[in-house]
Amino acid sequence: MNENTKIKVEHLDLYIGKQHILKDINIEIPENKLTIILGPSGCGKTTLLKCMNRLTDLYHDVKINGSIFIDNEDVLHTKTDVTEIRKKMGLLSQRPFPLPMNIYNNVAYGLKISGRRNKKALDARVENYLKQVNLWDEVFDRLHEPASKLSIGQQQRLCLARGLAVDPEIILADEPTSALDPISSETIERKFEELKQQYTIVMVTHILRQARRIADYVIFMYMGEVIEQGPAKEFFENPKMERTKAYLQGAFN
Amino acid sequence: MIVLFYNRKTKNRISTAWMYIAISFVVLLPFILGLGLYFKSSLLFSENSLGDLLFSKVWKPSIGKFGFLTFIMGSVWVTFIAMLISAPICIFAALSITQYSKKFYLKIIHPVIDILAGLPSVVYGVWGIIVVVPFISTVIAPLFGAQTMGYSILAGAIVLSVMIIPFILNILIEIFRTIPIELTEASLSLGATKWETIKYVLLKKALPGIIASLGFGLARAFGETMAVLMVVGNMVQIPKNVFDAGYPLPALIANNYGEMLSIPKYESALMFAALILFVVVMVFNALMRMLIVRYDKY
Ligand SMILES: Nc1ncnc2c1ncn2[C@@H]1O[C@H](COP(=O)(O)OP(=O)(O)OP(=O)(O)O)[C@@H](O)[C@H]1O
Ligand SMILES: [Mg+2]
Repeated sequence: MNENTKIKVEHLDLYIGKQHILKDINIEIPENKLTIILGPSGCGKTTLLKCMNRLTDLYHDVKINGSIFIDNEDVLHTKTDVTEIRKKMGLLSQRPFPLPMNIYNNVAYGLKISGRRNKKALDARVENYLKQVNLWDEVFDRLHEPASKLSIGQQQRLCLARGLAVDPEIILADEPTSALDPISSETIERKFEELKQQYTIVMVTHILRQARRIADYVIFMYMGEVIEQGPAKEFFENPKMERTKAYLQGAFN
Repeated sequence: MIVLFYNRKTKNRISTAWMYIAISFVVLLPFILGLGLYFKSSLLFSENSLGDLLFSKVWKPSIGKFGFLTFIMGSVWVTFIAMLISAPICIFAALSITQYSKKFYLKIIHPVIDILAGLPSVVYGVWGIIVVVPFISTVIAPLFGAQTMGYSILAGAIVLSVMIIPFILNILIEIFRTIPIELTEASLSLGATKWETIKYVLLKKALPGIIASLGFGLARAFGETMAVLMVVGNMVQIPKNVFDAGYPLPALIANNYGEMLSIPKYESALMFAALILFVVVMVFNALMRMLIVRYDKY
C-alpha cells in the first residue's frame, strides 16, 4: 500500500439481487486530501461510499466481494467490529437528517453512546464542534430546541458537527451541498478545505465546477466502473480516457 | 359553448354544495349522536346524581338503583389488560418486521393482517370459548393458584388483544416504514448499534405515531362488544383479579337491550351506558391528540 493511502479498495464487486452495481472497483484514496467521486446519476457513487462504512449492511439481498482496507484493516471482513469502523468515519448525506432530539444532543449523541457522560466534558465538546462548523453563534442560546427547527443549511452544518464529534479520521459526504443554497454550500466547501488538514475527505458530487474548485484527487465512475482516477490537476487538464473527456465536456448532462 | 359553460358552472356549484353538506354531516355526526344519547338518558339524571351513577356499585334496577361502577371497572380492566398484552407485542413485531426481517415477511404480513382484521368478532368470541377459556381454567389459573371457570377478565382481555393487534400493528408497520433510512444511517455511522438506533432514534421519531396507534387500538378495545361478552363471564361484580368474571359496559348494553326496553328507566340506564362509552372515547381521542402534538416536535 502506498504510504499516504488512507482507503484502498480492491476488486470490489457489489450485487443487489441479480443487478451488478459495482464492477471490480480498485481505488486508492490519499490521506488528508479531498477526494471527489464524480460520475453521472446512477453510476454507483452513493453505493461505493456506503460500502466504506458498511451501511450496505442495511440493504436487502446484497452480495459484496473484494476488500476495502482502511489503515490495513479490511472493513468488509465479517470479523471487523462494525461500530468501531463506522466511528472512524463521519457521514454527511445529501439532505440533512437531524436526529429526533435537541441541537445539543444531536452533537452529543455519538459521544453519549460511546459512554462519555461527563456533563462538563460534553458541554465543552458540543461547543467546540459547533464552533468548528460555524454554527455556535447561531444556536448557543437555543441548544435545547429541536434540531428540526434549524434551517436546512444550519441542519447540514449540525450534521457535520455531530459527525466530527466522534473523532473520525475520514469524512464521507454524499452530495452534501445539493440541498443547500449557494451561501450555505460555500460554507461547507470552505469548511472542507479547512478540515482536510486533519481528515481524509471523500465527497460525491454531481457538480463539475465544485469538483474543479476543491478536489485534490478525483475518481470518475461510469455505469458501476471506475473509468479514471488521479490527482485533480492531471484529471481535469489531461484526462486519459475518452469517457472522461466526454464527461468533462458535459456529454452526460 | 355558452350552454356548456353554464353547465360546468352549475355542476361545479352543485358539487361544491354537496361537498359542504357531506362535510357538515360528518362533522356534526358525533354531536348528533352525543345529544341523542344524552336526551335518552336524561330520565336517569332526573332521579340520580351523576356521582352516584358513576361511582356507586349498587346495581338494583328493580328498586331503581343504577350504579355503573361495576361495569365501568369491568371495561377498564379488560381494556387495560388487553393493551398491556398487545402494545409490547405490536411494537416489537413492527420493529422486527421492519428492521430485522427479510423483505419476505413484510410481504406476507399484510395479507395476514387483512385476514385477522376482517374476521367478524363473533369468530374471535368462539375461538375464545373453545381455546382461551379452557386454557385459562386448566393451565394459567392453576399456575397462580387461582380457581376459575375460565370465563374471566383475562379471557376477555386476551381475545380483545388478539382482535386489536392487527389494527395497531398495521399502523405501526407503516410508521416505522416511513421513517427515512437516512436517520438509521446517521445513527449507525455515529457508532451506534442497531438496538441503540432503535431505542434512541427510531422509537423517539415514531413516538407520536405509536401513541396514535395505541390510542386507536384502545378506543376499539373499549367499545368492542361481542367477542368480549362471550368470554368475560358477565357477572355484576367488581373484578378483584384477572381471573374474576367481569361485566364491561358494551356487554351490559348488548345483553339487556331487547328485553329491558319495556322499563323506561332501564332503557334510560342503557342509554347512559352508551353515553359513557361515547364520552370516554371522545375524551380519549382529545387526550391522544394533545399527546401527539406534544411529542411531534421532531
Ligand atoms: N437499495 C437499493 N436496492 C436496489 N438497487 C439499488 C439500491 N440502491 C441503489 N441501487 C441501484 O444501484 C445503482 C447505483 O445507485 P447509486 O445510488 O449508488 O448511484 P449514484 O451514483 O449515487 O446516483 P445519484 O448521482 O443519482 O445519486 C442504481 O442503478 C440504483 O438503481
Ligand atoms: Mg447518490
